[in-house]
Amino acid sequence: MRAYDIVIVGGGPAGLAAAVAAKKAGAGDILILERDREMGGILNQCIHNGFGLHTFQEELTGPEYAGRFLAMARQLGIPCEIDTMVLEIGSDKVVTAMNHKKGMFRIRAGAVILAMGCRERARGALQIPGYRPAGIFSAGTAQRLVNMEGYMPGREVVILGSGDIGLIMARRMTLEGAKVKVVAERLPYCGGLQRNVVQCLEDYGIPLKLCHTVVDIRGRERLEGVTLARVDESGRPIPGTEEDYACDTLLLSVGLIPENELSRSMGVEMDRITAGPVVNESLETNIPGVFACGNVLHVHDLVDYVSEEAARAGENAARFVRGLLPECEGAVSVVAGRGVRYCVPGRIDITRMAERLPVRFRVDRIYKEALLTVRCDGKLVLHKRKKMIKPGEMEEILLPREKCLAQSGLRSIVIAVEEG
Amino acid sequence: MEKRELTCIGCPLGCLITAAMEGGTVVEITGYTCQRGRDYAAKEVTNPTRIVTSTVRVEGGACPVVSVRTKADIPKEKIFACMKEINALVAAAPVKPGDILLEDTAGTGVAVIATKAVAKRPHSE
Ligand SMILES: Cc1cc2nc3c(=O)[nH]c(=O)nc-3n(C[C@H](O)[C@H](O)[C@H](O)COP(=O)(O)OP(=O)(O)OC[C@H]3O[C@@H](n4cnc5c(N)ncnc54)[C@H](O)[C@@H]3O)c2cc1C
Ligand code: SF4
Repeated sequence: MRAYDIVIVGGGPAGLAAAVAAKKAGAGDILILERDREMGGILNQCIHNGFGLHTFQEELTGPEYAGRFLAMARQLGIPCEIDTMVLEIGSDKVVTAMNHKKGMFRIRAGAVILAMGCRERARGALQIPGYRPAGIFSAGTAQRLVNMEGYMPGREVVILGSGDIGLIMARRMTLEGAKVKVVAERLPYCGGLQRNVVQCLEDYGIPLKLCHTVVDIRGRERLEGVTLARVDESGRPIPGTEEDYACDTLLLSVGLIPENELSRSMGVEMDRITAGPVVNESLETNIPGVFACGNVLHVHDLVDYVSEEAARAGENAARFVRGLLPECEGAVSVVAGRGVRYCVPGRIDITRMAERLPVRFRVDRIYKEALLTVRCDGKLVLHKRKKMIKPGEMEEILLPREKCLAQSGLRSIVIAVEEG
Repeated sequence: MEKRELTCIGCPLGCLITAAMEGGTVVEITGYTCQRGRDYAAKEVTNPTRIVTSTVRVEGGACPVVSVRTKADIPKEKIFACMKEINALVAAAPVKPGDILLEDTAGTGVAVIATKAVAKRPHSE
């Protein structure tokens, strides 16, 4: 069986950045396996600008951003197998994959980096009443159709859900001549970034209706219209608030879930909230030598963060295969306290942690004039004031190692919103 | 004095910027984190501009379309004129990122460039 130092599953920005960093950190044979017809992952369909300002100090489109990393990988001579689907990874790190050229094949990996990204929540999970006519798409599917296949899904559009992809598709469809009538969001706040509300909705006069949902879908063959209604605090439609919209297309932008079938079946421990693996400070899962990064770990809204995180996973995988990553000694758990939904990483081996370890998290609602705190066994070690924090925007703190070391017998680190 | 509250679209941080105006000119800008945000605010209240991104049909390519953008930002009111021109374009494969597909869009002097590589379609079909 052919053996590689590191096998990377997924050739999106996470997989590419991990490969580049691993190679630079001295790993030998690296292989990236990608099931799509090209490398770059979801960035290929994100043709808008606004990527990479932090990584390249330059504003790029999705394909340009992916192109930069692909060029680096090529320059380092890292082989990428496209049109290749990974079917199974054993807990012994034997990877089973399939493509047209080789059929089914197995390779042995010294370390594995999981970088499979995420996929959109299916409509089935949405519980919208009514018929299932044609004309209902997830926003990501519509994005792929318009931007990669050159096909317009419809002319009169309603969008349910205010995730970034939905906002970006509102502008995209408008530019292509469609009439986007409204974006409805069930929650009292927008799921996407404020900059996308400004440049995708406000620029084109598209209304955003918060606390609204679709209560009825009309049309048998093709969608003919939808009914929106206001919802109360518990999310139930309020009778008498219904409004009809004629439309031939409904886009659903209701969130993403990490794609972790492979991780689960190989025995990787999962986090209930992120739906991604539980990792430690080295982005290593409970299986030594198996790392995770990017959207498969937790949903990121900023590709720059994906690349940074993936580079750390790549470096650690390289250290692992070179025998430079000390064995994990008992870990301290990082706990989501008041107002915080989850933290990544979920546990930290202090002896292995960096000087300043990025810990990323999301809050459970909007907080104004918020005080973010980090406490080691109750003792305040870090705080940060923020004018506003929102669930739609990932937060980051840099955890200082010396503060963790100072607390002898440290058991837990709690991140919380203490005021706001 | 008139105050305008803006969300910077320069990057996903989305800083809240305030521009103080007097008789159509900007007198003070506050709340930005970097120069880019300052520039954005100054433009946004006088002559708002945007980068336009879209796709152009490709003939003989491995993919049916190639993604494109305006090389620089163009005045907001030119967006639809620019889109009309973009939709009339056809590129011939192969296309490289940075290839100029249109020299001057909508009289702005700004070019439309490809943002992705599209190879020639293999002959077999
Ligand atoms: C539909 C959609 C639209 C998005 N739009 C935007 C946007 O407009 N702006 C923005 O900033 N962010 C957007 N994002 C977020 C963006 O995807 C992330 O910032 C970033 O692309 C995540 O990178 P990744 O490498 O983790 O995942 P991905 O880019 O999703 O890459 C994962 C790769 O793994 C491959 N893969 C998965 N399973 C297997 C397997 N079993 N075998 C082989 N290969 C496999 C996939 O084909 C894919 O290429 C979007 C996400 C989605 C899902
Ligand atoms: S001011 Fe600078 S940091 Fe703030 S959103 Fe604008 S570009 Fe980003």
